[in-house]
Amino acid sequence: MSNLLRGSGRWESGLAAVLVILVIVASSVSPQFLTGNNLFNVGLSYGEIAIMTLPMTLIIISGEIDLSVASILGLASALLGVLWSKGWPMPAIFVVVAITGLAAGAVNGLLVTRLRLPSLAVTIGTLALYRGIATILLGPKTVANFPTAYTNLGVNGVPFTGNDLTYSALIFAVLAIIFGVTLHATPFGRSLYAMGASAEAAQFAGIRVKRNKTILFMTSGLVCSLAGVLWTFRLDTAVQNNGLGLELDVVAIVLLAGVSIFGGKGSIIGVVLAVLVFAGIQNALLLTNFNQEATGIVTGALLLASVFLPNAGRWVRRLSRT
Amino acid sequence: MRATLIPRRQQRPGRQGDADRRTGGAALAERVFRVRESGIIVVLAVFVAVTAAVQPRFLSATNIQFILVDTTVFALLALGETMVVISRNVDLSIGSVLGLSAYASSNLFGPHPGIPIPLVFLVGLGIGLACGAANGIMVAAGRVPSLVVTLATLYIIRGIDILLFSGKQVVQSTLPAAFIQIPRSTTAGIPDLAIAVAVVIGIGAYYLRTYRSGRDLYAIGSNPEAARLAGIPIGRRVFTAFAVSGAIAGVAGVLWAAQYETIDTSAGTGYELQVISAVVVGGVAIFGGSGSVIGAALGALLLSTITTALYVLGISPFWDQAIWGFLLIVAITLDQTITVRLTSALRKRRTRHE
Amino acid sequence: MAIRRATWLALAFPVAATVALAACSSSSSSSPSNAATGSSSSAAASGGLKTGLKVYVIPKQNGQAYFTTADSADSGGAIAALNALGETGTETSGNAATPAAQIPAIQAAISKGANALIVSATDPTALCPTLKSAMSRGITVVTYDSDAPTCRSLFINQAESDKIGTSEVDILAKELNGTGQIAIVSAAASATNQNAWIVGMKQELKKYPKMSLASVVYGNDDATVSTQVTQGLLQQYPNLKGIISPTTVGIAAAAAVLDTPKYRGKVLLTGLGTPNSMKKFVSDGTVKEFELWNPADLGYLAGYAAVELASGKINGTQGQTFTAGKLGSFTVGADNTVVLGPPFVFNSSNISKFDF
Repeated sequence: MSNLLRGSGRWESGLAAVLVILVIVASSVSPQFLTGNNLFNVGLSYGEIAIMTLPMTLIIISGEIDLSVASILGLASALLGVLWSKGWPMPAIFVVVAITGLAAGAVNGLLVTRLRLPSLAVTIGTLALYRGIATILLGPKTVANFPTAYTNLGVNGVPFTGNDLTYSALIFAVLAIIFGVTLHATPFGRSLYAMGASAEAAQFAGIRVKRNKTILFMTSGLVCSLAGVLWTFRLDTAVQNNGLGLELDVVAIVLLAGVSIFGGKGSIIGVVLAVLVFAGIQNALLLTNFNQEATGIVTGALLLASVFLPNAGRWVRRLSRT
Repeated sequence: MRATLIPRRQQRPGRQGDADRRTGGAALAERVFRVRESGIIVVLAVFVAVTAAVQPRFLSATNIQFILVDTTVFALLALGETMVVISRNVDLSIGSVLGLSAYASSNLFGPHPGIPIPLVFLVGLGIGLACGAANGIMVAAGRVPSLVVTLATLYIIRGIDILLFSGKQVVQSTLPAAFIQIPRSTTAGIPDLAIAVAVVIGIGAYYLRTYRSGRDLYAIGSNPEAARLAGIPIGRRVFTAFAVSGAIAGVAGVLWAAQYETIDTSAGTGYELQVISAVVVGGVAIFGGSGSVIGAALGALLLSTITTALYVLGISPFWDQAIWGFLLIVAITLDQTITVRLTSALRKRRTRHE
Repeated sequence: MAIRRATWLALAFPVAATVALAACSSSSSSSPSNAATGSSSSAAASGGLKTGLKVYVIPKQNGQAYFTTADSADSGGAIAALNALGETGTETSGNAATPAAQIPAIQAAISKGANALIVSATDPTALCPTLKSAMSRGITVVTYDSDAPTCRSLFINQAESDKIGTSEVDILAKELNGTGQIAIVSAAASATNQNAWIVGMKQELKKYPKMSLASVVYGNDDATVSTQVTQGLLQQYPNLKGIISPTTVGIAAAAAVLDTPKYRGKVLLTGLGTPNSMKKFVSDGTVKEFELWNPADLGYLAGYAAVELASGKINGTQGQTFTAGKLGSFTVGADNTVVLGPPFVFNSSNISKFDF
């Protein structure tokens, strides 16, 4: 176990180095990069994605994957829009949205644990299903007149922080701590690593694999519906294609963090660093007039590095042996 | 444990009992997959029947032509993807490869109006082959997870496409009439392109079932360790699967250009998830080891049919995604049940023979 | 041991990040005027218009040929106008036509000291928090091509919205002799400009009692979807006589579907298309006439309007006039909208003269 952590510790140090280099280079080319205003903007644009990476990390570590995250975001957004346009009071809407998120996650969890279906395929199905329900709910309509008390989170930062910390960034920080502690310091968290390494062995060791995985999927559903609410208020718009296509970015960030797609390896620190690197690169490209159409290439290259570099040591050893 | 098509190992003259057991088990598996394929055909038939009952024009020659041509690109992509998925990998980059190939190849007609069309296809194939080979080398030699690699190449290849061609468009007036005619010509009411693709899929199916290198993919997918111990050259097989998948996506790109006649850098965006869904609905197990190319092609056909049916029936296309998602989940559940039953049947068979 | 270290790090990092952010923010001045004073702008020669302004042109997404024509200097679009006036024009946007992709580009423009933004809105309301924040910092916000009605000072409309709708119907009615069933292949269901034009179309159809509207379908500006919805129309309505597709992607896709002996000349197509993509379809009869405006002129006008606003020469109220270089003079109409002019009709007699 400590071996695993040490191995991934190397990748996280690498990521931290990339982040530092990025900050240095970007801020020297663009004086706006490190301004509070820019950090605020970055927080706005990436807050929800960052939040969604946290439960995704735990799910991947446990050996599964959830591709329906962006669709649950869209579903939550659509529900929020539809109920608000029907005049429901906001607290009631929040409850319904939360329950829907939990239910959506529960469906994923049940399909994976009770029916033993592969999560990669099943969540492609629920990706379409939940987005479809969102589309049916809202149709071509857009709902926009949300109360300013809520849409304020897209305009102003958290009070007492100089107006530069977005609510979504704050929520991300808090959730990162919660998920980090859960993953790295509780038996539940340790069980996830075991499940990822070998579900059968974990089962024999007494870990309640099915229950834990279902909990993970339900947590993902709840967190993603929270992201959906934040997204809707930030843009003051509920429309059927909110969040479309985000799932690949979320998975890319988690993979970038050094979390192994096979399960059993990874850390929350890596994820936080990966979020900062991902958002930082895209932001830097925009600010520095560097061809921002190259964003995809940079992201892809980093992803490749995340799987090749940790293995590089192994190859060098193998080559030197021949 | 999942059902496998046991590879025929010519070097090992098995004991008679062994051979019997193997053929018995293999024959049962074959039968099951026939059933699975016929299952899709049944669902397809039911769908068509219900839609045609409500709206007879659904079965008109024109509509069938529409559906068939719309399916060709996806059926081709499904063929390549199946080969990769059977070996327990996944190729997420096919949409980006299609997009790059579609633009780069059709863009040749503008500055070189007399260029022979087969050459344009070769260019598309070459682009796809290069991308697929790159994927293959990284996955096979690098021994790194294909999901990560092909997600990265999805971003990178689309990025290259955008860098090279952003803001431009290939327009219909530059495309020669013969090129545009390719997806539009019909024989006895059936699009020629559909016939050609059906033949290609048939060849693909035959290869996977009969040739050792094809059957090896199944072995690799169902139990990589056993495959390696049995002496199967895993690296070479996986590389070939990715290279072929890329080459097919490249050709599909050229066909895409001929069909839609206006091309920019957004071509093929989002296709990968659709193709994987079609492949899974078609009975290919996402963790490899089982499934057939014909099933995958039928899955692609089902996808097109449902989409078109909704438009024809006048059901709000807003229901399209939800229905497709639901069907996907049903298909996966069905496959899992079949696999479990088949595995226990095979196990019982083995015990019976001992 | 390792686990506990990891826990400590896991706890420490987000806390440290938060603290750093807070510290960072208090040390850097984040006053609103920060962004607006980006470039020194001086009121110089040409009719009291400021020069040296930093203007960002933000189309719906990067890479669409229509916007390249509208925005770039080579085609005589927005940046050409800005260059002529002595300003700095830059085109930027996201890689997908969604608010989520467009907003970071808008924010980056603001951060880089934009004095004015010229935006084609991906959504009528989702950009408002960002655009309003820009306006509160003294940045001029002008929309063009696609509006965000509640969060800009001026909207440059390519043609009067109802005129686009009515003229499309009139073209088709003329070709059909006022009789027949038609359908509309639109773009995204939430696109402001599309919905405005469709309202105009439905209104104009009332003038032709023998024509009826079978359906409005949405192609999402995606070639595959546009093709499928067109095919669906042809199947669902066998008596369909005409299709209007007021989107360049949609009309190209529909034309490709109708580009067979079975439909050419039997189902007539019109809409908004670019001359280059429609050339062949016009010459072989799939499309007889279609409309557009010159996107370069639209961008050019938007460039001038933005500079006039940013220089304080106009403030966008109805009735004000200004001159837009080679295009002549314009008057601000209702809803703070400036109209470029009537849509231009392309057909076989004039299409070869254009190259965009």
